[in-house]
Amino acid sequence: MSFNEKIRAMYVEQIEGIKDAGIFKQERLIHSAQAADIEVEFPTGSSLKKVINMCANNYLGLSSHPEVVKAAHDGLDTRGYGMSSVRFICGTQDIHKELERKVTEFLGTEDTILFPSCMDANAGVFEAILTDEDVMISDRLVHASIIDGIRLCSAMHDTFKHSNMSHLEKKLQLHADKRLKVVITDGVFSMDGDTAKLDEMVALCEKYDAMLFVDDSHATGFIGKTGRGTHEKCGVFGKIDIITTTFGKALGGASGGCVSGRKELVELCRQKARPYLFSNTIAPVVVSGVLKVLDILSESTERRDKLEKNTAYWRKGLTEAGFVLKDGDTPIVPVMLFNAKLSQNISNDLYDEGIYAIGFFFPVVAKGQARIRTQISAGHEIHHLDKALDAFIKIGKKYDILSKTKQEIIEMYGL
Amino acid sequence: MEEIRDVVLEYVIEEYLEDEDEEISYETPLISGGIVDSFSMVSLKRFLEAKYKISIPDEKASPEAFDTVNSITALVKEITS
Repeated sequence: MSFNEKIRAMYVEQIEGIKDAGIFKQERLIHSAQAADIEVEFPTGSSLKKVINMCANNYLGLSSHPEVVKAAHDGLDTRGYGMSSVRFICGTQDIHKELERKVTEFLGTEDTILFPSCMDANAGVFEAILTDEDVMISDRLVHASIIDGIRLCSAMHDTFKHSNMSHLEKKLQLHADKRLKVVITDGVFSMDGDTAKLDEMVALCEKYDAMLFVDDSHATGFIGKTGRGTHEKCGVFGKIDIITTTFGKALGGASGGCVSGRKELVELCRQKARPYLFSNTIAPVVVSGVLKVLDILSESTERRDKLEKNTAYWRKGLTEAGFVLKDGDTPIVPVMLFNAKLSQNISNDLYDEGIYAIGFFFPVVAKGQARIRTQISAGHEIHHLDKALDAFIKIGKKYDILSKTKQEIIEMYGL
Repeated sequence: MEEIRDVVLEYVIEEYLEDEDEEISYETPLISGGIVDSFSMVSLKRFLEAKYKISIPDEKASPEAFDTVNSITALVKEITS
């Protein structure tokens, strides 16, 4: 059937519906390398504006680091541009295996398998290691890619209330008869910036013979005293059965992800995980960059230490200014506004002040939980944070939300 | 004997409601109303099976049958009778 006018009208209507609902997403074009200072064209067609980036996952400021860029150049020169093959035919280079070894060492696991992205890792892992005799018990706020992976798996699925350990225990008891049980959580939750209680979860998993799965995409490289991740922070390094993570955030921010954990589970992914079997792996140029990132992080904790200081400075500044924040100590710092329109208006006003920070609202977060999610980077200097604080305070005064409680903001702007 | 529908209502409140102020009745749409997602339905099914020592066939555990406390109660009664 051709794409006739009737079909086109149907899709136009669907797109208009998204616009009417106020959830239409627009890209802002960045004309510079990813960094704390960027040049942005927004709206499309307008002249370039220099802004401070407060919403990148560039936690360690390595996205455009000269050593990483040089390593990527070297990789391009020595290993070429593409593989033109999946891993098990002729798409595996020595550097792919080297990266798998280095990630295994960094995360303190038994083995690692690379995926084109962490989205693919999460989409492929459950189906590869579980059957319909098993159960997956996930936190209710896990990332969308985990939900997709769960949907693709024939095992039973149940959930527990966010970070609620007594509820998780009840679920482990309820499903005691299952062959295998896997508890599934994010390490750091991307929208709230809070950390999973991995120490308690490991204890529960040991008590009920369950495996523990952690997506540490918003933690690898900077959470924990040497940046190994949430398991290091929680004192359970070496005790997580399956970790998935990304190279698309702190670790250079290009692309790629992995499943790292018990060697038999990794081997089953190598044999059965569909995104691994039917898609090219990470390009050599990216592999070379990530290898350099891991070298940098293994030599010194300087960058994650700076990130920690920047985060504390930012949280303190916003708190003293009177904003309502989500509790936590990670570089994800959500400024709570509750009302969707208010979050959009404040985001736009901040942009006018030279601060790039995005409003998040339903369906990305629950209704009545609209916020501006700020993300701190080791690439930020204090002058960046001071300028951003000044802008937040100026706009906060404009909307009269400083030193107001959640209830007061809701009374002023509604949910 | 404890009323089945009160047992179901109590379980749904305990299991699914995040906000303590939220109130539901025997007829509140749970799945179509967005209170229970189809993923989370499995714990309710397993709870009922364990509590009443029954087996609810997959074809009967439809989102429609699980949409209100009353419809869930009717399903349990049908299987236990």
